[in-house]
Amino acid sequence: MTTDTTTKDTAPGATAPGETVLDARGVTMRFGGLTAVRGVDLTVNAGEIVGLIGPNGAGKTTFFNCLTGLYVPTEGEVRYKGNVLPPKSFKVTAAGIARTFQNIRLFANMTVLENVLVGRHTRTKEGFWSAVLRGPGFHKAEKASRDRAMELLRFVGLDHKSEHLARNLPYGEQRKLEIARALASEPGLLLLDEPTAGMNPQETRTTEELVFAIRDMGIAVLVIEHDMRFIFNLCDRVAVLVQGEKLVEGDSATVQGDERVVAAYLGEPFEDAPGAEEVAEVEAAEAHAEAAEAHAETAEPDAEAAEAAETAETDADTTADAADTTTDAAPGKENDR
Amino acid sequence: MTTQTTAPETPGARRTETPSGLVPLPEKAGRALALGGSVLTIVSTFLAWTWTAEFPGDLTVYGYPGGLQVLVLVGAALATLFALASYGLRGLGWLTPAGPDAALKFATLATFATSWYTVLAISSKLGGLVNLEPGGFLVALSSLAALAGALALPFQRPEPEPIDPEDTGWEKFKHSAAHGWETIKAVFTASGSPRPVPALPSYAEILIIVASLALGLLVFTYGIGTEYDEQFIGFLITAGFGFAALNKAGLIAHASQIASRHQNITICGAFLAAALFPFTQTDDQYATLGVYILIFATVALGLNIVVGLAGLLDLGYVAFLGVGAYAAALVSGSPSSPFDVHFPFWAAVLVGAAASLVFGVLIGAPTLRLRGDYLAIVTLGFGEIFRITANNLDGTSGPDITNGSNGVSSIPNLDVLGFDFGTQHDMGGFTIGRFANYFFLMLIITAVVVLVFRRSGNSRIGRAWVAIREDETAALAMGINGFRVKLIAFAVGASLAGLAGTVQAHVTYTVTPEQYLFAGPIPPNSAFLLAAVVLGGMGTISGPLIGAALLFLIPNKLQFLGNYQLFAFGLALILLMRFRPEGLIPNRRRQLEFHEEAEAPTHLTKAGA
Repeated sequence: MTTDTTTKDTAPGATAPGETVLDARGVTMRFGGLTAVRGVDLTVNAGEIVGLIGPNGAGKTTFFNCLTGLYVPTEGEVRYKGNVLPPKSFKVTAAGIARTFQNIRLFANMTVLENVLVGRHTRTKEGFWSAVLRGPGFHKAEKASRDRAMELLRFVGLDHKSEHLARNLPYGEQRKLEIARALASEPGLLLLDEPTAGMNPQETRTTEELVFAIRDMGIAVLVIEHDMRFIFNLCDRVAVLVQGEKLVEGDSATVQGDERVVAAYLGEPFEDAPGAEEVAEVEAAEAHAEAAEAHAETAEPDAEAAEAAETAETDADTTADAADTTTDAAPGKENDR
Repeated sequence: MTTQTTAPETPGARRTETPSGLVPLPEKAGRALALGGSVLTIVSTFLAWTWTAEFPGDLTVYGYPGGLQVLVLVGAALATLFALASYGLRGLGWLTPAGPDAALKFATLATFATSWYTVLAISSKLGGLVNLEPGGFLVALSSLAALAGALALPFQRPEPEPIDPEDTGWEKFKHSAAHGWETIKAVFTASGSPRPVPALPSYAEILIIVASLALGLLVFTYGIGTEYDEQFIGFLITAGFGFAALNKAGLIAHASQIASRHQNITICGAFLAAALFPFTQTDDQYATLGVYILIFATVALGLNIVVGLAGLLDLGYVAFLGVGAYAAALVSGSPSSPFDVHFPFWAAVLVGAAASLVFGVLIGAPTLRLRGDYLAIVTLGFGEIFRITANNLDGTSGPDITNGSNGVSSIPNLDVLGFDFGTQHDMGGFTIGRFANYFFLMLIITAVVVLVFRRSGNSRIGRAWVAIREDETAALAMGINGFRVKLIAFAVGASLAGLAGTVQAHVTYTVTPEQYLFAGPIPPNSAFLLAAVVLGGMGTISGPLIGAALLFLIPNKLQFLGNYQLFAFGLALILLMRFRPEGLIPNRRRQLEFHEEAEAPTHLTKAGA
């Protein structure tokens, strides 16, 4: 299983389309009196990209950690390809779920190639004695691992930097390297925790293409993200998590049109607040005035002005978040542990 | 470094200022003075420095340098070479790939420090300057002149940071002191970055490796063979500054680049050089030191797997050495061992390593679930538990196994395939004594440990160790079974220490609990082992070996310090950690960790070299 280097179209961990890869049922996570996640159901099918959104503190990362074995859910169960997930994160990875982290967690003082080689750990078997004795099997396996790692680096476009230290890579490339490292464990499901946080629009677009390419390899993807445009472009289905509970799930249009989602992000209108039409008028006028410098979408005054406002709002939110994540030295959200 | 607060014209004004030296002399005069002073120093080492042979080393002979004069001669020769190279003399360019000035400054400083130390030592020992012969005055003056001349060479002065007018007097003092320190540092900074190594034919590169190893062996042999305190201190001064001079000249960087191109040859050559060491000695006295250094260094290298690669701070590591030593001692046929067995050496080695392995797994299994500081404290506790247990298994407090605080004594010498390690052997005209025999045996053990370190470090398991050290959560998320991988590191480190312990038991004749303390003035003990790893350089092979050699030799040679030994040792460690936190032989990774401002090299050589 380690030498499958020729396959370009399908990854080794790929699943037949239509099959359910991940099946979370009634996942509840309590920390003492606090219920971070309450009865969430979520399925991911093969060949699908599923998005998970929600305001800050909605329990997205907690739910994520339940899926990767960092937490054991208080109630409910998570099945991967029909088997209940083991409660240890390294066993989950061995089973076929790989992840990236919200605040990049590369092995900073290892080279780019070594980082990806560490990702190959579960798919290789050479132990201590094999390393010391260095029989022919060792060299063969090592070479196969290196070839596969270089192939993955080529896939994400980092092969020319394989001997650099991971810490010296620019931010966007560190994100890519994290994805390559996760892919090295030959997953059937890839979990991406805010993969575009802190990226500029070009980098976001590159990431988008990268995720599509991963999907085309036959790997299902579950992605948490704050960037709404990214999510709605990318995902086949989107689930919204608010205060630990799943609010809606459906395709982009369903979620975007759902009033409860808008309310969760923006709050309910006051009793005596101006009606939606007035809001729309004001928004339209403002948008018109700013059309020269603002981006094209907001210049389009229509009945969905509220939605436009939402996008703008979440965009601002994302930027603020990005600032948070990039100053990664003291992040307020160290919830991966 | 100056910020927006400076007026725009000041930097321009500064730039027009030509760089000048620390000593106000014209550059040409300074260079000439440095050369002349160095040559004169060479001459003076052939004169008598004092009238009586009462000062050790006999500095009274004309035409034949002795003792400290040799050290001064070496320093002055180095300075002369660098001075000639700084004139751009043809054929000497290879000496200074990173620019000659900083190297010249260090070389003259080495000469000056050694000769003034000698002169002062003579005067204070014999009671006054009157005991100096003209040669003594000549060497003092000429080395001072050479240093002054070298310091007159221009350097890039750092710009002072603007002074905050609201500073108090103390802050102003701190500010000017910081600037003074920056200036001093700038004086000794090499001007250029080293040129890349020219492509040489591989036989030439191998010759260079051989020459550097021979030089290393020579320096080490000289250091270990120093006979009196003054000579050893002079050796430390000359070697320290001389090494700095070679480093600033860029020669060390070149040599290590060439060595990294031929890693296997370098390692084999280094072992060959080490094996030649007993042949350079006439009696067994210094081979004794050699064996103890090798035992210490081997255990330190084993600890480097645990600390340097896997990042597990183990403060009780010496216990594994003790387990190996006790195991070997108990099956050695010693009369004080309760087991009446006499295993052959290979079986004793296996027993020792296996006992340490079991002990390591027993300690590791419950403790490795802890992280960081907690692990350190628990291992510290286990190390002490081993010692106290060995003390108590004496037949009164517990079963009679280890013979209590008297230890297992009268351990017979090894006899492998009819080769008796206890007697002298004649090999090709050289007499190889008891300790030299053990030196060779220990060298083989060291080679095994180096092999294990190198091979396991650069493999799947080694990468997993480093990944665990870097970020345990991410490593777990990559599918690494953290506990298992850490336990392997712990067990491997333990059995390597046990391996060294089996030889140690035979070398020392006696194994007592008091040999395996947490901290004490005599290495090996846990604190010294850790210090050797940190001082030498974590995650490297040569680092702990060099660190262990220094940590063993310095206390051994400076016994006149008496009770202040540990104090001096602590002071040295603090200074080293302040100025070179990555250790003497830095791992490229760690060097980057501590000196982020340094230009980031884009390529790494193979890990663990």
